[in-house]
Amino acid sequence: MAIRAMLAVSRNRSLATAVLSRYRFISTLVLAEHEGGSIKASSLSAVEATKSLGEDNSVSILLAGSGPSLREAAQAASCHPYVSQVLLADSDKFTYPLAEPWAKLLHVVHKKGNYSHIVTASDSFGKNILPRAAALLDVSPITDVIEVSGSHLFVRPIYAGNALSTIQYTGSDPCMLTIRSTSFPVASMSAHSKSIAAAIEQVDLSTFSEDDAVGKSKFVKLSSQDTERPDLGNARIVVTGGRGLKSAENFKMIEKLAEKLGAAVGATRAAVDAGFVPNELQVGQTGKIVAPELYMAFGVSGAIQHLAGIRDSKVIVAINKDADAPIFQVADYGIVGDLFEVIPELLEKLPEKK
Amino acid sequence: MKIMVAIKRVIDYAVKIRVKPDKSGVETSNVKMSMNPFCEIALEEALRIKESGGASEVVAVSMGPAQCVDTLRTGLAMGADRAIHVDYPGSLYPLSIAKILKALVEAEKPSLLLLGKQAIDDDCNQTGQMVAGLLKWPQGTFASKVVLDEEKQVATVDREVDGGLETVCLELPAVITTDLRLNQPRYATLPNIMKAKSKVIKKVTPQDLNVEIRSDLEVVQVTEPPKRKAGVIVSSIDELIDKLKNEAHVI
Repeated sequence: MAIRAMLAVSRNRSLATAVLSRYRFISTLVLAEHEGGSIKASSLSAVEATKSLGEDNSVSILLAGSGPSLREAAQAASCHPYVSQVLLADSDKFTYPLAEPWAKLLHVVHKKGNYSHIVTASDSFGKNILPRAAALLDVSPITDVIEVSGSHLFVRPIYAGNALSTIQYTGSDPCMLTIRSTSFPVASMSAHSKSIAAAIEQVDLSTFSEDDAVGKSKFVKLSSQDTERPDLGNARIVVTGGRGLKSAENFKMIEKLAEKLGAAVGATRAAVDAGFVPNELQVGQTGKIVAPELYMAFGVSGAIQHLAGIRDSKVIVAINKDADAPIFQVADYGIVGDLFEVIPELLEKLPEKK
Repeated sequence: MKIMVAIKRVIDYAVKIRVKPDKSGVETSNVKMSMNPFCEIALEEALRIKESGGASEVVAVSMGPAQCVDTLRTGLAMGADRAIHVDYPGSLYPLSIAKILKALVEAEKPSLLLLGKQAIDDDCNQTGQMVAGLLKWPQGTFASKVVLDEEKQVATVDREVDGGLETVCLELPAVITTDLRLNQPRYATLPNIMKAKSKVIKKVTPQDLNVEIRSDLEVVQVTEPPKRKAGVIVSSIDELIDKLKNEAHVI
């Protein structure tokens, strides 16, 4: 390969650079989130995405926090087939996902490891931290990547998913990405865990300075909606209600239907703004991006901001009484009818979930 | 206390965009442009803080070609006190914007920098975080509620995160980026539109601010997303259940 590259130099210098840069050593750092002793599904997608960056990619995974659940998560990460190193930052500075210490941590870890790529999931955790860390390293981050076409070539949606932009990163290392989890599905892990676990190494935090923004922000509380239903971002089936539901009381029908299907419940911005459901259920450009196997939309007109969040669903079903609603243009199956008649009938006729 | 608000001029959110045939980008000539919706929310929040006595001045800033002045004029009509236009004809990525904002902050010394959480054209969601990093200020992204305590010089911010709402407490000065639910932006009234015409828009260039614009990103092509194949309208629930079960195999 080196000979071929040298030959190319004599013929065409720019081609040679292209060839060399294509085969340049790739080492990736994945910033991962953990919960209850295991790596979050979205972070596993980020690990999955590193596979497309190039062959011979050595993947390090960075976990931070404190306590026994961090150790447990590290053990789990070290068994991941792609992971060759687990970096552990054990400090109560990382108990909460505050951008200031976490971005600084990425900065410190990169200075030591000189990674060619730093990747994290495009969730509220990654979007909050990665651009800040990129600014500290003076590089442009690329957010919401849906396709890795080469080590420095990526596709990301723009204009609410109404166009796709292919971007070449021409800057210096590291190339920093957040990836859209639904575009990098994770194969079942249990099948191929490896026999030799990756090394777990402590991050040296002695250079972790307190002089800048670390300490200027404090975590107060997290108020979450406790729900037994599957997580909206990862559910196999998503049932969504829009303004057509008319009230919070009626929205319960959607919840009942979701229960029967083992589905997650979503909502449009209109339904959230009308107070039918809390805002973490919002699906769309400014809410969650979902890509389930089955997406059922009840009383949803299909504004472009909403469609941006469901475009990659495998099968879309729309129930709306307006036959001209834009949702029917993306739906695989549509029923033009009153959802107040359709939902009870569905509840009655749907098979019990397995 | 002074508040600075960053404003971006984008294609109006209601416009159905068209990709250029040569795949170089999206058609922007003869298309309605407006203030990015998240920036409107940021400006509205700044104005509400000022009206409740929490701030003495609201400065709106925008970067880009000459037409950005129109967007700033809209901001002034909503109630901003004055504006700064950083004139630059080429394309600017968030890293450059963050550097320009840092320079403006150092010149103007606001206690709070408000931005939208993302622009609806590039959908990047980066600028606020990046400028906070460059300034070494704390950040409160995706804010749905902001409470300022002037005495203690802190801002308490409710953030919309995946699991629900997270509350953080930030030392001022700080950077806050706004989510949709923070507030309902006001409309500019006709008298205020007239008044805005006499307000000052200062023009500077990146060179004046000693900011070097360089780019480490290159757009190779812009394409339309793959179309979903046309679906069918079914006539009954039984047919729907049958299709989902036997054709799509999803239930």
